[in-house]
Amino acid sequence: MENTEIAVIGGGPAGMCAAIAAAEQGSRVTLFDRGKEYGGQLVKQTHRFFGSEKEYAGTRGINISDIFLNKVKENKLIERKKDTTVLSIYHDGVITYEDRNSYGRITAERTIIATGASEKMLPFENNDIPGVYGAGAVQTLMNQYGVVPGDKVLMIGAGNIGLIVSYQLIQAGVKVEAIIDAAPEIGGFLVHASKIRRLGVPIITSTSIKKAIGKNYVEGAVIGSLDENWKFIPGTEKELDVDTICLSVGLSPLVELLNNTKCKMKYSALLGGFVPLKDKNLETTAKGYYVAGDVSGVEEASSAMLEGTIAGLSAADSLGYGKKIENIKQEYIKGLEDLRAGPMGEKIRLGLKQLEG
Amino acid sequence: MLKKTGIPKLETIKDKFPSEARRKKGPYAVFECYQRIPCNPCSTSCKFNAVEEINDDINNIPVVNYENCTGCGLCVSACPGLACFVIDETYSDEKFTIKIPYELLPLPKKGDFVYALDREGNEVDKVEVIRVQANKSLDNTNVITIALPKKHIYSVRSIKVGEISE
Amino acid sequence: MRIKEHPVLKFKEKKKVKFVFEGKELYGYEKEPIAIALHDNGIRELKHDERPRGLFCAIGNCSSCLMEVNGESNVRVCVEELKEGMIVKKQNSKGSLKGDE
Repeated sequence: MENTEIAVIGGGPAGMCAAIAAAEQGSRVTLFDRGKEYGGQLVKQTHRFFGSEKEYAGTRGINISDIFLNKVKENKLIERKKDTTVLSIYHDGVITYEDRNSYGRITAERTIIATGASEKMLPFENNDIPGVYGAGAVQTLMNQYGVVPGDKVLMIGAGNIGLIVSYQLIQAGVKVEAIIDAAPEIGGFLVHASKIRRLGVPIITSTSIKKAIGKNYVEGAVIGSLDENWKFIPGTEKELDVDTICLSVGLSPLVELLNNTKCKMKYSALLGGFVPLKDKNLETTAKGYYVAGDVSGVEEASSAMLEGTIAGLSAADSLGYGKKIENIKQEYIKGLEDLRAGPMGEKIRLGLKQLEG
Repeated sequence: MLKKTGIPKLETIKDKFPSEARRKKGPYAVFECYQRIPCNPCSTSCKFNAVEEINDDINNIPVVNYENCTGCGLCVSACPGLACFVIDETYSDEKFTIKIPYELLPLPKKGDFVYALDREGNEVDKVEVIRVQANKSLDNTNVITIALPKKHIYSVRSIKVGEISE
Repeated sequence: MRIKEHPVLKFKEKKKVKFVFEGKELYGYEKEPIAIALHDNGIRELKHDERPRGLFCAIGNCSSCLMEVNGESNVRVCVEELKEGMIVKKQNSKGSLKGDE
């Protein structure tokens, strides 16, 4: 039976930072990811990041990803298990995985789960026809493989992802017909909204999609205005000429492995769905199991990086590694508080507070 | 309004400009950052200590210290929100120049004429490209300097490169 | 349709390979997901029982893209890498576990 000191499941920004932080303190780490390369959603982020220097503000997501990738490669204490899907965590602590076509088992002293989140769907007529894509899918097509998703896009969702992906579509030479959002106000950063308006893309709030038009693929969309009760106002329907409908309506934490650990979970609309309870060390109620990143509450890549580092340091500390870990950890905890301190962090602060209550 | 449409009101925009006296002295940075978000590259990129408020708390809205600001334009490329611009009203009596961040293709060349766009993306004028800064250190946020009539000073912040008919 | 030039990204040169989709010979790039090669060839419909279906998440989560590849059913073509000579077919909703027999 293989074993490791710290198993990190998920090699996106949270997972990579957790592995790096723990290995730098001296722990043996095994970093799993089902993809062919680490990076998670970071590898698709062509825009410059916000935050402060700790979160590499001003640097493009793709370049931040490279920085972490190199650190992971160079650290001999990190065992890399890419193209490997973790299947389950058994009650006796055995982690099972599929490595291409073979089955493996490994035990770990500590486990950090950083499996991220997946796209939510939006119910509307004909939402299943080809051409209705999640925002992440559009980014994967465009930014990882250089293939345009279509020629004329309707973006649904004016949060940061909707605004950023719309801008990236324009950079790829694709027309964005409109960005709509059911809420009365734009949810993403206003600087993102302003820069996309300057490029001629309308942002229409209090609006949602009624149906996708098309028999075998998207050929258009019908949108309509919403009243204060989120109901369509009759007579406000408008038809748009689009061949792609991009959904950017939120993410849901991918918590299946957490369910295996039997840690306490709670439903939080603000955090994206069912999330684990965690303490300040990011340990769940299942002893030895930690979490970091979107899996424990949908937020941003910057927070994922900081949480990953905190979880990695906590796990290493609990094994007796490192000196003065508490001081280093406090810096990152403060960084996380700063990130969440402003008005844009209200949703997260409220969501986390509700979990405690 | 801004929270519904993404477009700030004229008074809000004007609030970010320096004094009349300073505007007549030479180039200056204008930060069209109206919302408290955690972000500080404008401050960390400035070599002249001209960005204030944000050093105590990265969520604060940055304020330009116009005594120190030289209008060098480093912030134009550094801002992740593409919200920093440098305006020079001393270019001529009729025209001002503005440095804008540009991350699209094709890149224009010095001397080209491009469309000036208003805040809704409408083409409002054809303007000359005075300078294009596109070196590696700018990490693909190129800086384009255009010269245009002073009537556009509060409204034009982007351009469209294309076949200009005429 | 491929992006020829991008303001920020540089796409690496990849090896062009031939594959077969529903009896038709097509080209894609080696080591890219099969779904990308199909999309690039203008194929967005990946299955059609009573209703047509294509990609949704493109990252292996949603199972919208299941197709038969080299006789094996239920392959997530959005993550499965294209190899020279692959035979890609639409399958019915549930696919078949019988394989090549």
